[in-house]
Amino acid sequence: MEKLIEQFSFGLFFWQLLLFIAVLLLLRKFAWKPILDAVEDRESGIKDALAAAENAKKEMQNATADSERLLQEARVEREAMIKEAREMKEKIVADAKDLAQAEADKMIKQAQLAIESEKKAAVADIKNEVATLSLEIAEKVIKGQFSDKAKQMKLVEEMIGDIKLN
Amino acid sequence: MEIPTIVGAGLIVIGAGLGIGKIGGSAMDAIARQPEASGKIQTAMLIAAALIEGIGFAALFAS
Amino acid sequence: MHGFFETDILSDMQKPFYVKVLLVVTLLLGINAFAQEKDHSSSEEKGSLKTEIKEFIGHHLLDSHDFTLFTIDEEKNEHVGFPLPVIIWDDGLKVFSSSKFHHGESVAEVDGNYYALYHGKIVKTDAEGTINYDEDHHATNVKPLDFSITKNVVFIFLVSALMLFLFGRMAKSYKTSALPKGIGRLLEPIVLYIRDDIAIPNIGKKHYKKYMSYLLTVFFFIWIINLLGLTPLGVNVTNNIAVTFALAILTYLITTFTANKNYWKHIFWMPDVPVFMKIVLAPIELLGTFIKPFSLMIRLYANITAGHVVLMSILGMMFIFKNWIGSPLSFGLAFALSLLELLVAALQAYIFTMLSALYFGSAVEEHHDH
Repeated sequence: MEKLIEQFSFGLFFWQLLLFIAVLLLLRKFAWKPILDAVEDRESGIKDALAAAENAKKEMQNATADSERLLQEARVEREAMIKEAREMKEKIVADAKDLAQAEADKMIKQAQLAIESEKKAAVADIKNEVATLSLEIAEKVIKGQFSDKAKQMKLVEEMIGDIKLN
Repeated sequence: MEIPTIVGAGLIVIGAGLGIGKIGGSAMDAIARQPEASGKIQTAMLIAAALIEGIGFAALFAS
Repeated sequence: MHGFFETDILSDMQKPFYVKVLLVVTLLLGINAFAQEKDHSSSEEKGSLKTEIKEFIGHHLLDSHDFTLFTIDEEKNEHVGFPLPVIIWDDGLKVFSSSKFHHGESVAEVDGNYYALYHGKIVKTDAEGTINYDEDHHATNVKPLDFSITKNVVFIFLVSALMLFLFGRMAKSYKTSALPKGIGRLLEPIVLYIRDDIAIPNIGKKHYKKYMSYLLTVFFFIWIINLLGLTPLGVNVTNNIAVTFALAILTYLITTFTANKNYWKHIFWMPDVPVFMKIVLAPIELLGTFIKPFSLMIRLYANITAGHVVLMSILGMMFIFKNWIGSPLSFGLAFALSLLELLVAALQAYIFTMLSALYFGSAVEEHHDH
């Protein structure tokens, strides 16, 4: 112990204390603070990045699920649309058919009507013609017959009888 | 150094040696039992050994 | 023990291999020792060599006022090195070069006062350099306050500058990137180790930040200066009690001045023990606060000193043996010990830092119910 106390050098103690404190203060300002701050920043940065990556992963999963769902929905919708379209097509076709049928029926009817009226007109025409002809014939006959009275009468009667029959 | 001082120093060294040896041995046992805690055990071992060493040195200088 | 004696009785064939080796080595050593006795028949010469080595070790461990790299001839006082400034306070500041002492051979005369070196210390003396002794053979000369830039102070300066340079550069490298460059890559894991495995577990997450600067500085200071002490230039700094005292007193002061109420309560009025025990415990606990830094001081000092003494003694054995078996043996031993000293250099820095952190931790520990 005595030896230790004897060996103790105040000068060395003084310099050691002085220099150590100076180094401590300088390093604290210019080294330890920036180093520890930088390391801490980096660590928090890594932590944030990891959290962000985890978030992104989750979001990715969400997005995948979303897209999957959307796809499913789209598929269902497509199915529905196709189905609807098919139905519509069928309906249109059916409608068209009906319409065509109706039109055709109508046209046939019109044609029949037209034919009927033509026929009537033709018949009427023929009747008129026949009447005219009959008149002309009758005139000529009358002209020939008027000479003979009895004959005339007989003729008239016959004719009237004919007309009644018609 | 006179003879009693040397003997005293020897005794101190024996005591400190036994103490540190015991710590080391126990630490080995502990590490063997729990290898995953080896880091903590080593730290505790070093601190305990350092404390005994400190007392040993203090006694050596006092003698 | 029993087995050891038994081997002598056993025949040669039954002896295990290592016993044979031991026997051969012992015999060779014995013969060599015998031969050596004959060579240097005057054991006086050997004794003087021993004392010379002892003196050299003692000298190596001491601080000195000049930077001597090595000595060419002790007799002729030829040394390679350079003098350092001597600063003393003796009725005013006196500064002169240590070359005036001529390595302790002569008396330096400054402003009419005479100073001499006595066992590495500056003492006031007269023109003839007389040293007065008391009954216990201690010098009674006046010792002026010595603030000289000694060899160790130069080294402390160098290490401080080195640390400022290294860590300054390391800090700068963080400005450009998040990862350190160059030396910082080596140092960063150590810095992180001190933070994560020394400071945080011992002090706690809440308070550790304000102690980090001290812990880092003290760790790297002790480590670097211990390592430099192992180089051939070998200027030991931590084997000076003054240096370790300065470090320990800083730990003590920081502990004391940052301590909270709970810490003082545990010292002066230990909770949860009977009143009588409180009174008994208070002085013990108070003494404990001084013993803690004291043991820090002694541990570092003693470990480094002991390491150097043993290492140099083994190196010295090389010159005592001076034969083909002893010298390689001591060389091998010295090599192994040097490796051990490398470990000790780091270990002592670690222990000092660790225990400082432990003491700081106890100073800021929050009150919790037992």
